[in-house]
This record gives sequence, C-alpha cells and structure tokens, in this order.
Amino acid sequence: MTGLDALFLARLQFAFTVGFHIVFPAFSIGLAAYLAVLEGLWLKTGRQVYLDLFRYWLRAFSIVFGMGVVSGLVMSYEFGTNWAQFSQKAGPILGPLLGYEVMTAFFLEAGFLGIMLFGMNKVGKKLHFFATCVVSLGTLISMSWILSSNSWMQTPQGYAIEPGTGRFIPQDWWAIVFNPSFPFRLVHMALAAFLSVAFVVGGVGAWHLIRARRAGRQPTEAVKIMFSMAMWMAAIVGPLQILAGDAHGLNTLKYQPAKIAAMEGDWESEGYAPELLFGIPDMENEVTRYKIAIPYAGSLILTHSLSGKVPGLKDYPKDQRAPSYVVFFSFRIMIALGVLMALAGLYSLWLRWRGALWNSKLLQRAVLIMTPAGFIALLCGWVTTEVGRQPFTVYGLLRTVDSASPVPSASIWGTLVIFVIVYAIVFASGISILLRGFAQEPHSNETGPDPRHPQRAAAMAGAVSDNAGTEA
Amino acid sequence: MIELSGAAYWLPVVWAVLAAVAIFIYIVLDGFDLGLGILFFAEKNKIHRNIMIQTIAPVWDGNETWMIFGGAALYGVFPNAYATILPALYLPIFIMLFALIIRGVAFEFRSRMHTEQAQALWDIGFCVGSFIATFMQGVVLGTLVSGIKVENNQFVGSSFDWLSPFPLFCGLAVVCGYTLLGAAWLVWRTESTLQDSMRKWSGILSVLMLLMIVGVSVWTPALHATYMQHWTDWPRILFVAPVPVAVAVLAIVMMMALRGKTSRRIPFFCALGWFFLSFTGLGINMWPYIVPPGMTIWDASSPPTSQAFLLVGAAVLIPLILTYTAFAYHVFRGPVNEHSESYH
Repeated sequence: MTGLDALFLARLQFAFTVGFHIVFPAFSIGLAAYLAVLEGLWLKTGRQVYLDLFRYWLRAFSIVFGMGVVSGLVMSYEFGTNWAQFSQKAGPILGPLLGYEVMTAFFLEAGFLGIMLFGMNKVGKKLHFFATCVVSLGTLISMSWILSSNSWMQTPQGYAIEPGTGRFIPQDWWAIVFNPSFPFRLVHMALAAFLSVAFVVGGVGAWHLIRARRAGRQPTEAVKIMFSMAMWMAAIVGPLQILAGDAHGLNTLKYQPAKIAAMEGDWESEGYAPELLFGIPDMENEVTRYKIAIPYAGSLILTHSLSGKVPGLKDYPKDQRAPSYVVFFSFRIMIALGVLMALAGLYSLWLRWRGALWNSKLLQRAVLIMTPAGFIALLCGWVTTEVGRQPFTVYGLLRTVDSASPVPSASIWGTLVIFVIVYAIVFASGISILLRGFAQEPHSNETGPDPRHPQRAAAMAGAVSDNAGTEA
Repeated sequence: MIELSGAAYWLPVVWAVLAAVAIFIYIVLDGFDLGLGILFFAEKNKIHRNIMIQTIAPVWDGNETWMIFGGAALYGVFPNAYATILPALYLPIFIMLFALIIRGVAFEFRSRMHTEQAQALWDIGFCVGSFIATFMQGVVLGTLVSGIKVENNQFVGSSFDWLSPFPLFCGLAVVCGYTLLGAAWLVWRTESTLQDSMRKWSGILSVLMLLMIVGVSVWTPALHATYMQHWTDWPRILFVAPVPVAVAVLAIVMMMALRGKTSRRIPFFCALGWFFLSFTGLGINMWPYIVPPGMTIWDASSPPTSQAFLLVGAAVLIPLILTYTAFAYHVFRGPVNEHSESYH
C-alpha cells in the first residue's frame, strides 16, 4: 500500500512544509530579541528614535509571528499524518518534548504577544517591556526544545527499545534532552537566527541609506542606528558562527561520520585528504566527478591536522549512505554564504574604525543584496543535517522507510499540491506586506498622532476619551 | 486485556481527563473566534468587521495554541491514537489545517492590503477559512465517534471513511455551535447596532444548536451497540440522565437573557454550558475508548515514564498558563467600539 512513491511524496511534503515553517520562527527569534533591545534602549535613554524603530519592526514582527504560528500548527499534526509508524515508536520520547515546548514556550509567546502588539497604552511602559522580553524568551525556549528533539533524532541516547513493538522507551530524560549534538546544534541555530535577522535589518537600513544618498539628503537617525546595530551584530556573530559551525562539524564527525563523508563527497577513508570545492557525487558508481580540490584541506578542517583520517562513504554499506549529491551542495552554499556574511561584518568594522560606515557604497550594496542570505544559509544548513541523517529518521535505529503512514499516494499528492498553492499565496502576500512596510522609512514619533494618518490620530484621541467610560 | 495496575492504569486515566479538559479549553477559546469568522458572512459593514476582529486580535494566537497542545499531548501521551487517528483522517485534518492557515494570516493581512479588492478577498478568506476549519473539526469528531478501522495498531480503513452522513452532520452541528459562541461573544464584547444584530443571531443559532444537540444525541447510540448500552448501563446512567435536563434549563436562561437584554455575558456562558454538557455526554459515551470501537486509552498509551514526565510539567505549567492567559484577557476587557485603538 505504501510504495516508494508514497514515501517519497510524504518526505517531499514534510520537507516543503517544515522548510517553509522554519524561516519564520528563526525570523521571530532574532527579531524578538532585537525588539527587546530596542525597547530597553528606549526605556533607558528616553530617546524617541528607539521607540520609532521598535514600532517599525513590531509591525513586521506581527506578520512574521503569525506566519510562524499557522505553519507551525501544521507541523504538530504532520508527524502523525505523514509518519505514523515513527510517531508510534518515537512518540514516547519526542511527544513529551514537543509537549514541553508548547507548555513552556508557545503559550508564553502567545499569551504575551497580544500585550506586546496592542497593549502599550493599557499596561504601561514597564509591563509592556516585560511582555516584549517574555515573548523573546519564549522564542528562545521554543528553539531549545525543538532542537533537543531534532538532535535526539540525530544522536539518540537515554532510551531502551521495547522488544516486540520496537518502541523507544525513555530511560533517562536528562540524557535524552542533553544528547551529544544538542548544545552544538542549539548554538549554531541561535547564531543563525541572529545573523539572518541582522542581514534583514541591515538590508532595510542599507536600502534607505542608498535612497537617501541618491536623493542627495542625509539619512535619518533611525536608519543610521538600524544599519549600525545590524552591522555590529554581523561583525560579532558572523565570525562566531564560523567557529560554532566548525565545532558542530567536529561533533558530527564524532557521532555521524557517514554524514560527514556524504557532505564532503569523499568515498575513501584517508589521511591527508583534500577538501573539494566542487564536484558531482555519483552514488551509483561510488565516485565524485569533476573535482576541484584543495590538497590536505579536508583533513585540516575536519581533524585540525594534515594527516588526520577523514571518513569515506565506502566505509558504510550502500543502504546506509545519505544522498551525497544533495548535502554536498547544500553544505557548500551554506559555507559560502556564512563566509560572505562574516566578511561583510568584518569589513563594516574596518569602515567604522575609519569613520566611513555610512559612506561605503560597496558595503551598502553588498548588505542589500545579502538581505536574504542568512535565511538561505539556514535552509541549506537544515537540508544538510536532515538529508544527511538519511536513510534514517532516528539515526542508525529507525529507517525512514519504516516510519511512514498507511496513506495512499493520491492523498499525499493532492495535499502537497494544495500546500504549494496555499503557501505560495500566503508567502507572496506576507512578503509584499513586509516589503511595502520596509519601503517606508521609520517615521518620527511613530506612536503619537501622525499628521500623515488622520484617521489614526482621530482613533487615538477617541480611545483616550473613551477609556474612562468603557472600563466595566 | 492485560491486567494493568498502579501507574500503568492511573496515568492514562489522569491524562484522558486532562486531554478532555484541554480539548474543552480549546473549544471554549477558539470556538468563539472561529464562529466570529463565520459571522463575517452576516456582517458586511466594514467598521463592524474591524470591531469584531479587534475583540479577538490580542488573544487568538493563544487560543490556537491549545490546538497545538492537543496535537503534542496526543503525540506524547497516546501515540498509538495519534498514529491511527491522523492517517485515518488525513484529508479532513489537512483541509482543516489549510483553512486555519488562510484564516490565521487573514487576521493581519486583511487590514494591511492596499486595495479594497484585496481586503475584500482576505475577508472572504477569513470567513470561508473559519467555516471550513470548523466544519472539519466536526467531521473529525464525528468520524472518531463513528469508529475507525484499526488492525495491529495501524489504520486499515479507506481515505474517505469520513465522507458519510454522521460525520457530516457533526460538521454542521459544530458550525452551528461555534457560530453561536461567536455571536454570544460579540453580544458580550460589543455595543449598539452590532450588539443588537448579534443578539438576534444568538437567538436563531440557539434554536439551531438545540436541534443539532438532539440530532446528535439520538443518532450516536444508534452507531454502536456499546453506545446504546451506555444509556441503560448502571451506574453510567447516573451521569448521563441529568444532561438533557440541564440542556433545557440553559435554554430557558438563554432565552430570558436574550429577550430581556439584561446581561451581556449570560448568552455566552449558556452557549458554553451547552458545549460542556454535549462534550461531557460524549466523553461518558466514549469512555474508555480513545479510538472507538477497539482502542482503549490504555492501548493507546505511551509508557508510564513518558506520561509521568509530561504530567509533572503539566501540573505546574497549565495553572500558570491559565493565569497569564486570564491576565491577557483582563488587559483587553471591556466593550470594543470603532474608537478602540489598534496598533496599525
């Protein structure tokens, strides 16, 4: 009943929906933290410009967060619809982790989001700031749980397998939650979220700097602050991310060497291994064609020594190899973008030191082009780690083919097509709203009655005079 | 059945009750905001529509989170039920999710569109999405109550088992119920002409809902011999018998409140009362099966270590969640009108 076709479609559907989803929580994680910093700065300094920036980015946040919620709702049911056997076997471990994510993070975010978006005049500045911080904290807690779950699927421990049913029975929750790849993946993902948002904020800032220059006027203070803060973030997090990625890679080498072999397109396990800049892995003939290689660099990067032995795909039986032709490229795109982002960050430091941060056309153009770079890198990273886990769902223990649901391929096809259509509409509308918002500069006095928006001014005045009467 | 004792017996019982409470909280919270969406077909006035949205905008994310919690809890606590219900209801679940996505983004998108046409389109999306999501929740419930074909813990029925009269009738029943909750919520939270119109709708929908309750109650025992037995079974009848009486009492209270315009809140709580009674009746009827006709809560359970681990957290966190959720509602209390502020 469940042929290969249905399995492939189920994977495609899951990959599409989770890939779509992941962008928004990552965006929320970075943006919520940025909003908390902006509001904190406003409270500390009392400068209106920070409040303007806060409200400017808050409007984007409400869109991004909403898209994260609705696409995330899908995920909490898709484990069952697409991966029934996996849910039965791994549910006893992963279900409670997801339950904790909902109870400690989702409710927290949703509970305080309303106050963050609508409550400034109802609860006062301090409590409002608290709400913003709680929402930001919620995004971080959520990330921790889901990465713990995901990491357990990569490096499972703390379980016993029940004879007969094949279920994973939890033995040691501490070991399950803090499985070996979790800390590395958590740090890598957190930095990725911050870096992605740094380039979105920086890209919007760069756009307005360029426009101001073309119009022959000075950029506004809000735009300068936005760009400067983003560049600080890029300068600090960009290089840090390379270190974190390296550490994560070493962790993967230790626990999932077959994944590393697939990522590197290496077939023979050897010392003094080269690093391939390009190649086309051929799984059938067990060779990587059209190689462009840097001698010794593979060993140096993976083992931090020239003679270090790196794994090769031939070390593993054919039915345990991840499709190298996917992860080889996704890994390289991620690395390339990561290096470019770090370089942009470092270059901004140099310009700042020279006092020329606002004048560099090169930096502004580069950052503008790189606005989506963080998200693309992040998606490539996820493709690498998830496809690299194949052909298993729980690494080394439960095969993807034994994880599927008894659902006919026609149902999966149909829903996949609708997913593509619905997400295309939602994504296009969301992005167009965001871009239209970003096309405006942050107004000064964003909260107060704004002469450019008379209705809002009237509504605000009405609300104030009405308040006394409506508090029942 | 294997004899179960100690934690292996009690933990599933505790979780079944807790899951029922969570589902009921979901109905209480998301029911009215889905119903409010459906009421967009009756309220064409743009100002009224904005007011309606404004009454739920600060809280709908939290309402929908209970649905995510339901999925997560089922996954962790009753994985065998999760892994059979979802493949069995693959299509209705996905249709519901698509509808929830469209209506969820419509909250923000509808007010941010530049052209009138685009705004109108997202209003339609909000209304139709709310309707379909609600209808499909009823279908899911109806299919579950009718029974799901399971062998060796795997679903073995067909993709369209849900496309039969009882589930579809349940779909309509839930649509009536949620729309009533939405109308009664708006009686509570709005003023003047909008409130009057919603009072009228509450009356019409109350009658429809009562008919639906009777319909489902008569139909359900006819589905399975075991359900029929529950109505004659001692002592289960002790729990079931007062239900019809209480439904009737609530109907009288509801009618008086709507006629006399004495209270803003009573209609909403009467509607909730009907949901509570129907839901309890259903629970008593299904007990102890989570996937009728064959899978009990014990068959569906994850090991006690999993259930205990999540229970510890739930015992501490759920009361906390309810507290700050109540706080959020408290902050945005009071009637909403066209002068109420929006952050846009």
